[in-house]
Amino acid sequence: MIQWGLFNYWIVVVLMMTGFFIVISHGNLIKKIVGLNIFQASVFILYISIGKVDEGTAPILDDRFSVYSNPLPHVLILTAIVVGVATSALGLALVVRIREAYGTVEEDEILDQDDES
Amino acid sequence: MIGANLPALQIVLPLVAAPLCVVLARPNLVWGFATAVSWTAMAVAVALLVQVLDGGTISYQLGGWEPPWGIEYRIDLANAFVLLIVSSISAIVLPFAHASVVEEIPEDRVSLFYCMYLLCLTGLLGIAITGDVFNVFVFLEISSLSSYVLISLGRDRRALTAAYQYLIMGTIGATFYLIGIGLLYAMTGTLNMADLAARLPAVAETRTVQAAFAFLVIGIGLKAAIFPLHTWLPNAYCYAPSVVTAFLAATATKVAIYVLLRVLFTIFGTEFTLGEIALQWVLIPLALAAMFVASTVAIFQTDVKRLLAYSSVAQIGYMVLGISFGNLTGLTATIVHLFNHAVIKGGLFMVMGCVFLRLGSSHIRDLAGLGRTMPWTMAAFVTGGLSLIGVPLTTGFISKWMLLQAAFEAGFWVLAVAIVFTSVLAIVYVWRVVESAYFREPSEKAAKASEAPLSMLIPTWILILANIYFGIDTSLTIGVATKAATSLMGLAP
Repeated sequence: MIQWGLFNYWIVVVLMMTGFFIVISHGNLIKKIVGLNIFQASVFILYISIGKVDEGTAPILDDRFSVYSNPLPHVLILTAIVVGVATSALGLALVVRIREAYGTVEEDEILDQDDES
Repeated sequence: MIGANLPALQIVLPLVAAPLCVVLARPNLVWGFATAVSWTAMAVAVALLVQVLDGGTISYQLGGWEPPWGIEYRIDLANAFVLLIVSSISAIVLPFAHASVVEEIPEDRVSLFYCMYLLCLTGLLGIAITGDVFNVFVFLEISSLSSYVLISLGRDRRALTAAYQYLIMGTIGATFYLIGIGLLYAMTGTLNMADLAARLPAVAETRTVQAAFAFLVIGIGLKAAIFPLHTWLPNAYCYAPSVVTAFLAATATKVAIYVLLRVLFTIFGTEFTLGEIALQWVLIPLALAAMFVASTVAIFQTDVKRLLAYSSVAQIGYMVLGISFGNLTGLTATIVHLFNHAVIKGGLFMVMGCVFLRLGSSHIRDLAGLGRTMPWTMAAFVTGGLSLIGVPLTTGFISKWMLLQAAFEAGFWVLAVAIVFTSVLAIVYVWRVVESAYFREPSEKAAKASEAPLSMLIPTWILILANIYFGIDTSLTIGVATKAATSLMGLAP
C-alpha cells in the first residue's frame, strides 16, 4: 500500500490558490466564475480528505470490515456542492443579464460604459 | 406545545411561506401574506426573548437528536436580541414595501420578489438562531443567494454588476468560512459551538487552529463589510431596490457581526482571541480606517443612497472598535449599536425609498428644495441624521456614549478622540443633504414631487421615532446587551 501522506492537501493548496488567483486577476466575468468553481472544488477535496481514514471503507455495516471512513465531512460537502452549483447558476444567470444590458462580459469595458453614463 | 417548538417555528414559518408566495402569484395577496408571516415571525422572536429572559438559555434539539450529534438551536440573550432586530425590522419594512415595490419591480416579478425576501429573512434568522457552525454556513448561503437576486432587481443596469460583484466576494467569504470550520472539525471532530468551545483549548496551540481562526475572521469580515473588505457594499446598497436596501442595510451586516462575536467569544473565547492572537491590534487599525476613510468618502458622494452606504461602512467600524477594547462595556456598546444602527439606517434608507418613489432618483442635486414639497419625509431624514451623528436623546448618542466609556475604561483616550472626530465627519455628510433639501431652490423634479403615501410614511416614522424612544429609554437595549455581552465573554452575571 502506497502511503500518499499529505499529497491530497498539496493538491488542495495548489487548486485553492489557482482558483483564487483566477477570481482576482481575470476581468472576464465567466472566467471569474470558473475560478470560483475551482476555488470551491479545492475546499470540497479538503473536506473529503479529512473524512478519509487509511484502509477504511465506505461506512456500511458489514462483518468483513472493522475500519470505516468518517461519512460526516462527505455529507457536509454534499451540501456545500449543492450550494456551489446554485451559486454558479445564479452567477452565470447574472452574467447573461449583464451581457444583455451592456453587450459585453469584460469587466473593464463595463466600467468604461458606467463611467460614460 | 407551541411554546416548546418556537425555535423551529421561527425558521420553518418563513421558509415554508417563501415558495407559497410563488403559488399565490397575485401581487397584493402575496404582499399581505408575506407581511402576515413576517409579523408572526416577530411575535415568535418576542416570545423567544421573553422565554430567554425568564428561563435562561434555550436548547432546542432538531428532530430529537442530542447535541453534539444533531443540530442544536441554542438561544441565549445575544441571539434572541439579534432575532428580535431582524424580525422587527422586517415587520416594519414589509408594510412600507407595498407602494415601493409596485413602483420599482415589474408586476410579473412581484411574487418572486417576496419569495426571495422571505428566503433572505429565513437565512438571516437561521444564522442567528443556530448553535451549529455548519448550519450557519447553510443559512449564510440561503440569505446571500437570495440577497444577490434581490439586489439584481434594481432598475439601474448597474444593479446587475453590483449583484455580481457581491456574489463573487460573498462566495469567497462563505468559502473561507467553510475552510475555517473544516479545519476546526479536523482538529476537534465536532461542529456544535458549545462543544467546540469545550474542546478547542486542548488544541489551541496548533497551527491548524490558528489558520482556522484566520479563515473564519476573514470570511465573516467579508460578509460584515469590515474595512477593507467592504468594496461590495456601496454599489449593492446604492443600486438595489429601496425596500431591499432598507432591509439589508439594517440586518445583513448586523447578523454577520453577530457571527463574528460568536466565533471570537463563544467558540474561541476571550483569552484566545484577545490574549493569544491579540486580534485587537488588527481590528483597531481597521476600525479606525473604516471610521475615517469611509466617513470622508461619504462626504464626497453625490448619490445620497451611496453616501449612506459609505456611512454604514464607517458605522461597522464603530462596532468592530467596540469588540477590540476587550472589556465588557466595549462589547455591550457593539451589541447596543447592532440594534441602534439597524434602527438608524433602516429609517434613513426608508426615507430614501420615499424620496426615490417620488423623484425616481436619489441624487443630491435632485433633492434640492425637497424640504418644501416633501416636508414629512425630509423631517424624518433630519431626525434620523441627528441620530446618525449621535446627538443626545437619540440612539446614536447612546452607542457613542457607551463606546467612549469603553475607550476610557481601556485607557485608549486617543480612540475616544477619534470617535468624536468621526462624528464631526458625520455632521458634514448629513449636513450636505439637509442643506440641499432646505436651503436650495427646488430642483425640477423636487418642485413636482408630492408627499410620499401614508403606507410608506408611517413605517418610516415608526423607525425614526424608535430612534428617539430608544435614545431616552435604554432599559431594553442596554439591559439586554449588557447581559448578552456578559454571557459572551464568559463572565459571571
